[in-house]
Amino acid sequence: MKPDPDVPGARPRRAANPRRQILLLKTAIWAIGLAPILWLAVNFFQRNLGINPVEKIIHIQGRWTLVFLLAAMAVTPIRRLTGWNRIIQVRRLIGLFAFAYACIHFLAYAGMDQLFALSYILEDVRDRRYITAGFAGLVLMIPLAVTSTRGWIRRLGKRWQRLHRLAYVAAGLGVLHYFWKVKGDTFWPLVAALTLAGLFAVRVAYRKKRPPRKK
Amino acid sequence: MIIRIRKNSDIPSSEITPESAYIDRRKFLGASAGIGAAAFLGVGSPDMGPFHAASPIPGSGRPRGPQDLEPNTWEEITSYNNFYEFGTGKEDPSKQAHALVTKPWTIRVDGLCNNPGDYALEDFITPSTIEDRVYRFRCVEAWSMVIPWRGFPLADVINRAEPNTSARYVAFETLWDPEQMPERLWRPRIGWPYREGLRLDEALHPLTLMVNGLYGKELPNQNGAPLRLIVPWKYGFKSIKSIVRMTFTEDEPPTTWATQTPGEYGFYSNVNPDVRHPRWSQSREKLIDSSKLFGYRWQETQFLNGYADEVAHLYEGMDLKEFF
Ligand code: HEM
Repeated sequence: MKPDPDVPGARPRRAANPRRQILLLKTAIWAIGLAPILWLAVNFFQRNLGINPVEKIIHIQGRWTLVFLLAAMAVTPIRRLTGWNRIIQVRRLIGLFAFAYACIHFLAYAGMDQLFALSYILEDVRDRRYITAGFAGLVLMIPLAVTSTRGWIRRLGKRWQRLHRLAYVAAGLGVLHYFWKVKGDTFWPLVAALTLAGLFAVRVAYRKKRPPRKK
Repeated sequence: MIIRIRKNSDIPSSEITPESAYIDRRKFLGASAGIGAAAFLGVGSPDMGPFHAASPIPGSGRPRGPQDLEPNTWEEITSYNNFYEFGTGKEDPSKQAHALVTKPWTIRVDGLCNNPGDYALEDFITPSTIEDRVYRFRCVEAWSMVIPWRGFPLADVINRAEPNTSARYVAFETLWDPEQMPERLWRPRIGWPYREGLRLDEALHPLTLMVNGLYGKELPNQNGAPLRLIVPWKYGFKSIKSIVRMTFTEDEPPTTWATQTPGEYGFYSNVNPDVRHPRWSQSREKLIDSSKLFGYRWQETQFLNGYADEVAHLYEGMDLKEFF
């Protein structure tokens, strides 16, 4: 029998490894998460973002929102496919980065683009379907971010899982938002849609394999 | 020759550069100091036209036109473009369009006219008198610029082609050459070549231009070299770029965006703040202005882009919400 690496007193070098792996992974996620926003900030103040810097900021933030959202949703499939259970520990961080990017994406739109002109923003949310979809996606992410803490996981129990399936809806709305936003070239929205569909397919496949727990 | 707009209008007729200003500036440029400075700055050629007299370095400032419309900078006009054959990003055309070979260039004139044929670009342009005109440019994506074009009335070309009495429309086509245009064929949805069209009375209107220059210089490829259309009261996508074909037709010709997404784009596509678009509010626009922190300032969009006094009569009796 292998010693449990989490049990104190187990052989130190081996014990440290899985934790260190997670720590490394988390560090990498922080770095990847902060890099785009720092890059945008520096280049914005150096006036390096082209003729329409706000548009570029919104685009880059939108793309990263989707990347983090899909990455967070890829954690469970990766765990199932590789058997690396500890990877679940980074899911919350990735998900929160997705939420953070969605928030600053929205703030860049509302503040920099629309200058907080509320009537125009409301009109956009109501009348422009791509903004309606994006906005709905953002709103759905709020309860997910709020309930991402250990306390809420414990409190909600089984219902937590069900609640967090909303991530698929939010990501679906994000992809739809992307589809409706592009004019003509749907290549990248298609890539995002296929990724989302792939993740969903893995989930469904594993659910079918698992014997039903309850009658 | 300068076309005088007869109607009284909220667009000062001075929006069209008067020839006198043009000549004066030329004289100014001709002065040795002007040439010296221009040469020193690496932009000089005595036939550069009027605007460099006011702004010796393209992109370095906003030369004041002879009127209240302040043109956007060279940099703004030439590095923020929609030209999907060269990529869908705004900066793609300025990076990729250098691959476009514009010399030699042939334009086919066909359809219902007396003088069809393949014309060399020079034969197309030379008989006309070239003018500089500062026009507002309004993209359907709700941004706008003010652009000092150089060109000649489309009416010149049409009159030379002598359309038949049955001709009611004129259709245009952009070059489509995958060798020169990197936009990948397997990417979805846009059917090339790009097509546009006008009703003949719109095409003959004196504001409608064939453009081969910008800021008194040769038109850059990303802006539609060697020859493009400019219809200042319509959304920018009507002003087709890099034209290789002009066809006179009796029926309304199919146009790219109206075919692609008929719910969003119509044949007319006149700038109209009252006609909603599912993607962009058309009631206002971002006037691109790099001197601002965020790169633009909002302004109200004007009916027919401010050219209503000149062109509204073309649409008398038409419901512009139906014919959008
Ligand atoms: C789930 C949440 C969201 C996701 C995943 C998301 C993702 C994206 C993506 C991928 C793009 C396109 C970037 C590109 O063209 O490359 C985009 C553009 C955009 N998004 Fe979002 N978005 C979300 C929420 C929102 C919200 C709440 C708003 C505003 C109310 C918004 C406003 C915009 C705007 C205005 C653009 C286009 C900017 C332009 O073309 O100028 N998005 N978004």
